[in-house]
Amino acid sequence: MITFEDVTKFYPGQDRPALRNINLEIDRGEFVFLVGQSGSGKTTFIRLILREYRPTKGTLYVAGKNLTTMNQWKVPALRRQIGTVFQDFRLLPGKTVYENVAFALQVIGRPAREIRRIVPETLELVGLAGKADRASDELSGGEQQRVAIARAFVNRPKILIADEPTGNLDPETSVGIMKLLDRINKADTTVIMATHDSSIVDQMRRRVLELRHGELVRDQVKGIYGTA
Amino acid sequence: MRHSLRETWSGLRRNLAMTIAVIVTMGVSLSLLGAGLLTSMEVDLAKRSLYDQIEISVFLCTEQTQGGQCEPGKATTDAQRAQIQETLEANPEVDEVIYESKEAAFEEFERVFADSPVLASRTVDDMQDSFRVSLVNPENYEGVVSEAKGLQGVQNVQDLHTVLDPMFKWLATLQWATITMSALLLVAAALQIANTIRMAAFTRRREIGIMRLVGASNLYILLPFLLESLVAGGIGIILAAGAITFGYWFVVVQNAATSITALPWITWGDLGTAILGIAAVGVTLSIVPTLLATRKYLRI
Repeated sequence: MITFEDVTKFYPGQDRPALRNINLEIDRGEFVFLVGQSGSGKTTFIRLILREYRPTKGTLYVAGKNLTTMNQWKVPALRRQIGTVFQDFRLLPGKTVYENVAFALQVIGRPAREIRRIVPETLELVGLAGKADRASDELSGGEQQRVAIARAFVNRPKILIADEPTGNLDPETSVGIMKLLDRINKADTTVIMATHDSSIVDQMRRRVLELRHGELVRDQVKGIYGTA
Repeated sequence: MRHSLRETWSGLRRNLAMTIAVIVTMGVSLSLLGAGLLTSMEVDLAKRSLYDQIEISVFLCTEQTQGGQCEPGKATTDAQRAQIQETLEANPEVDEVIYESKEAAFEEFERVFADSPVLASRTVDDMQDSFRVSLVNPENYEGVVSEAKGLQGVQNVQDLHTVLDPMFKWLATLQWATITMSALLLVAAALQIANTIRMAAFTRRREIGIMRLVGASNLYILLPFLLESLVAGGIGIILAAGAITFGYWFVVVQNAATSITALPWITWGDLGTAILGIAAVGVTLSIVPTLLATRKYLRI
């Protein structure tokens, strides 16, 4: 599903690469934790997959497409296959829960009838069936993150990327979010989650990729957060 | 599509003051541009028609005249007169030579100044005999003029170029001033559009970010902004088209064309061409600044 072949990324004006010679493969349906300190390259890793940047060197394949050579105008089609969730939710404050989720389908031109069918289904899946008409900014943090996950998943992407999805949430709420991501993963969605939350990583025992100073220092099946 | 239209409408309402400013600037600058275009069409028409009618007048000597190829105190002799006519008619650039005696010239003078006190101040002897020379190609006048000036018994050679050239030079300056002014205003309009759209894009940056993230196409993201500037620009174009149509109707159709029939006047077809011209400029100046202003938000 995702293949890094000797990928290096330099940002303009910096002499140290943000990522250096990354080689790895993530299969369809995998659940992968991406760990490492701030500045270790996690965000760059994610932005390369989203094709916000191109690799400086090497080849990157996502969902069967070579991102290194991909045309600019094909990027929207790529992004429709990737759902993304952030630490700060990034919901539209003026809109209801339903509207926030429907927005992701409207703007890619899906027919209204389909939207009216899929959005309630997805809200049910994330556990917000009764809150469709609530204003999104009146919800709790955990509920807002569920809305964000619903929005990321509503188009049934092949890949779901979560950048510190539990970073702003208390441990109890985080468990709920992890259960939801796990359920989405079981529906054959590849999930990549960048996190600092050691307890979650240690409990889930999934594949762990650790980055340090832009290099991949650990790729462990059923891994834990710390190397010790 | 419904989403785009709704966003366009709310964008226009949110930036109402800026939108009005854009419409007014666009309308005024395009009106000026249109007026400049129409004037230049009219000047071209008038120029062609006037220069086509240009004749050269070759004035002969009388006993009072001085200068040129005159002998002081002597009028042009019949032999010289015949020689001048022969030489002019032999020139391949000359189409026709007509002789006008001073008596005929005075009659014409009497006719033109019939009601004027100027009439009393002149007699037949103040007039000069002359040849009226029309040319095969009115643009090639210089050879004939210089040849005629060198002939014995020719006091002076006049052609309308000496009158018309400075006039058209001034008209051209005036046109350029109008077009320069409209160009400056058009720059202002374009900057206003860029500014309005940049503000609109800034207020919607969250939506734009999410649209990009979930894979909306650039055109889809851009469409509300394009429509917003096209609506403002379009109203400006309509105002300008109305203004120059009224101007054409009032100045040309109602007044000039009936009172000055000697000149050809621009037609409704020319007005249509001018309107198409300002519409093209207006649409370009709406779209280009919008694309530039939103580029930052659409960069992937």
